[in-house]
Amino acid sequence: MTEVPISWFLTLSAVLFVLGVAGFLFRRNIITVFMSIELMLNAVNLTFITFSYQLKRVNGHLFAFFVMVVAAAEAAVGLAIILTIFKNRGTLNIDDVDSMKN
Amino acid sequence: MLIDTVLFYMFAALVLGGGVLTITRRNAVHSAISLIVSLLGVAGLYLLQQAEFLFAVQIVLYVGGIMVLFLFVIMLVNLDLAAKERQFNKQWLVALAAVAAVAAEIGYFIYRGKDAFHIAEPATMALAPPALGNTEMLADTLFSEYLLPFEIASILLLVAVVGAVVMAKKRI
Repeated sequence: MTEVPISWFLTLSAVLFVLGVAGFLFRRNIITVFMSIELMLNAVNLTFITFSYQLKRVNGHLFAFFVMVVAAAEAAVGLAIILTIFKNRGTLNIDDVDSMKN
Repeated sequence: MLIDTVLFYMFAALVLGGGVLTITRRNAVHSAISLIVSLLGVAGLYLLQQAEFLFAVQIVLYVGGIMVLFLFVIMLVNLDLAAKERQFNKQWLVALAAVAAVAAEIGYFIYRGKDAFHIAEPATMALAPPALGNTEMLADTLFSEYLLPFEIASILLLVAVVGAVVMAKKRI
């Protein structure tokens, strides 16, 4: 049993999530926006593991595992979309991809 | 024990430092490398909480799989132009709202202290005897209780593979 309190882990993952949100909102490079999503997913996974450890159950581990599976699928599809956007438009700036606006 | 606290601080510094660098670096390759550092820190925190299987999965799947995919895509697209542009959006209002929400959340939990977590009482019973390893325990639960989500995940991966190929290919 580790002496590190549960609140430290939870606070850390909250801060990590906020970092992901900030990157998602502020960055204009589509790849960095995508990496911010990965940051947020990791923060959520850390929360799952923390509660799982605290409650002495493995269910949280499995949820984190499924989150990782979905993240892998999402990364494959998302990066294919990014490649297609770059091929068609020649830019990675999210502000330039606005054809639905006009 | 003291060593746990020291390890926690070490991994937390890796996680937060990597995260901050990820969202602030101008060059996308630097961002990806920083994200790898952050993911390794998270893996260390998993190990600190006795999630050995997820520690391995985090390194093999995230660092070895997803991040290498990211780096491939970054190398495929030309980023010289993007690095010279303005890097940040002007979404101060939304960002301020998000930060305020999380700050209120953390403040509430700090104010309430331990009473805020009713479910976080240390559990008395463990699901499996401690002689069983973490991976065996996970496998037992995964293939009995979570069999249907497991099958759905396999279908999801198949759909993702087909979708990625369809989108990335010029002509089917």
